[in-house]
Amino acid sequence: MALQDLCQLQEVFPDPDCSPSGTRTGYYDGGFPASSSSHPFNFFIPAAEFLQESPLRFGQVSSALTSQDHLLSSLSWPPGLPQDAPQSVPLPFPMSHGTTTLAFLFQGGVLAAADTRSSCSGLVACPSSQKVLPIHSHLVGTTSGTSADCALWKRILARELRLYQLRHGRRLSTGGAAKLMSHMLHPFKGSELCVAATLCGWDGGELDQNQEPTQGGARTGPSDPDSLEKASQSSTDAQKSFVRKRPSGPSLFYVCSDGTRLQGALFSVGSGSPYAYSILDQGVRWDLTLQEATSIAREAVYRATHRDAWSGNCVDVFHVSSAGWRRRGREDLREEYYRERDRQGGGDLREEYYRQGGGGPEGGVVQREGQTRGGGPEGGVLQREGQTRGGRT
Amino acid sequence: MLSSQSYQDPGKMKDYHYSGPVEHRFSPYSFNGGTVLAVAGEDFAIVASDTRLSEGYSIHSRDSPKCYKLTDTTVIGCSGFHGDCLTLTKIIDARLKMYKHSNNKTMTSNAIAAMLSTILYGRRFFPYYVYNIIGGLDEHGKGAVYSFDPVGSYQRDTYKAGGSASAMLQPLLDNQIGFKNMEGVQQVPLTQERAVQLVKDVFISAAERDVYTGDALRLCIITKEGINEQTVPLRKD
Repeated sequence: MALQDLCQLQEVFPDPDCSPSGTRTGYYDGGFPASSSSHPFNFFIPAAEFLQESPLRFGQVSSALTSQDHLLSSLSWPPGLPQDAPQSVPLPFPMSHGTTTLAFLFQGGVLAAADTRSSCSGLVACPSSQKVLPIHSHLVGTTSGTSADCALWKRILARELRLYQLRHGRRLSTGGAAKLMSHMLHPFKGSELCVAATLCGWDGGELDQNQEPTQGGARTGPSDPDSLEKASQSSTDAQKSFVRKRPSGPSLFYVCSDGTRLQGALFSVGSGSPYAYSILDQGVRWDLTLQEATSIAREAVYRATHRDAWSGNCVDVFHVSSAGWRRRGREDLREEYYRERDRQGGGDLREEYYRQGGGGPEGGVVQREGQTRGGGPEGGVLQREGQTRGGRT
Repeated sequence: MLSSQSYQDPGKMKDYHYSGPVEHRFSPYSFNGGTVLAVAGEDFAIVASDTRLSEGYSIHSRDSPKCYKLTDTTVIGCSGFHGDCLTLTKIIDARLKMYKHSNNKTMTSNAIAAMLSTILYGRRFFPYYVYNIIGGLDEHGKGAVYSFDPVGSYQRDTYKAGGSASAMLQPLLDNQIGFKNMEGVQQVPLTQERAVQLVKDVFISAAERDVYTGDALRLCIITKEGINEQTVPLRKD
């Protein structure tokens, strides 16, 4: 496997601190549970003094400046790895991730949406990147942070989940996948690794098919801690160990490379998240239809891309249900701006207002067809400023 | 997805402002300039690069092309730090051979791209300072371009420019090949002749405005017949 081969190639770079046991060129030992012989990744960790700077800007860490190579400002390298290493100067300001991703639960499953702009120090490196990555048939993850970190760690997670499925005969739950990812990222806490993902999945109630009939009578409630004993008594096949009825349905977890792991019903991550939250908090309910949920998600991303400089271009919407994930076609939001402008009546409404002589003592409400938008579920009529001075709310 | 601009960053003007006592350290990196570009068509792909190797104010070589042939259907363009470009291409060649010997077939462009991503990410904490673009034909014979960032994030594109003049060339390619930001144009598919002419024109423009790009242009045109190389002179100043 390619990741295994990597560790053989790293022997080209000898690590002076290498322990006598040989080929340890700096892989982390995170007490990783699932795989005994293989580590998820073997990293080359060089001597620290070379890495006070790097010409590559991923943008997320920056400390007090010393003048460095001509191209790009310096990056501090705080290696928070098991071996002791110097800690860097803390950031003078908090960094946020330049993106907008969101996910929420509703009666039809989980909906995940994201923009598609991938920026690098003010340049749009890719206007059509994919920030919602499918991991397996019933799990989708939104990514925020450094693109490479997110893409590779999602790939590693997909591999580990597949191995789990092959070994245990069932898919790991979303919470389990989130815990796995959180534990994989934990050894890198403090380093410049930056991953903030929401895992959106449908936990199936599927069990091994031939366990159903034998377990039917003896199985008790879903959270019965004695189910182990009951199952072993009733099961005719000793190899099939206890079967606990696991909760099934949509599930949403947020995992971050600083160690956060949260379960929730609504998350938005990234620099555009405040704008997205305002739209989502207004409209998300459990009993939305799929179409309503899609339109809210799309609207939230659209508003965030409008106000946030680091979000933009297109919007991707994914829907995870009991049948798996489905992707709505990527939509370019540029057209939406024009449509909205047309809905608003086109042109500069403020000029219209002054031309019509508004601003009289009573407020002079100026009404034009097409200017009121059907609002959200409350049906609120939004008046654009400039139409009335009366301060009507 | 990220950006930062720290407050005291003098940026490119730091050579002209005294910003206080400065500690100079050995840097394992250096920037050797150069621009690479790749375009994918219906049944062809073009990978092009200039051939200037520079460092600071000097030119080390006028004949150092940045396209490297990997297989009969894949060419990689690497620009950035020349030392890392050389090592990276050696590692890729070695891995290609290993794959050929163990699987008895040549790696496809798609597989090479995925492998390169893991090679680059293995050095996440001491990255290869290389901007890679892979151009080639996929399993169905259609043109494919894969663009990378220095730590391994990649995706498949139709066209991509990388290297020192990339910020100048990419918008031009967006307009001419992607037909973006144009209204009411007929979107004709890209023919090989037009693509070759466009690449030449684009590099001539790049050589005018970017000091690290120039001297000559090396074009590799990949079709199912094989890889055809052309060299076109650019301005040498």
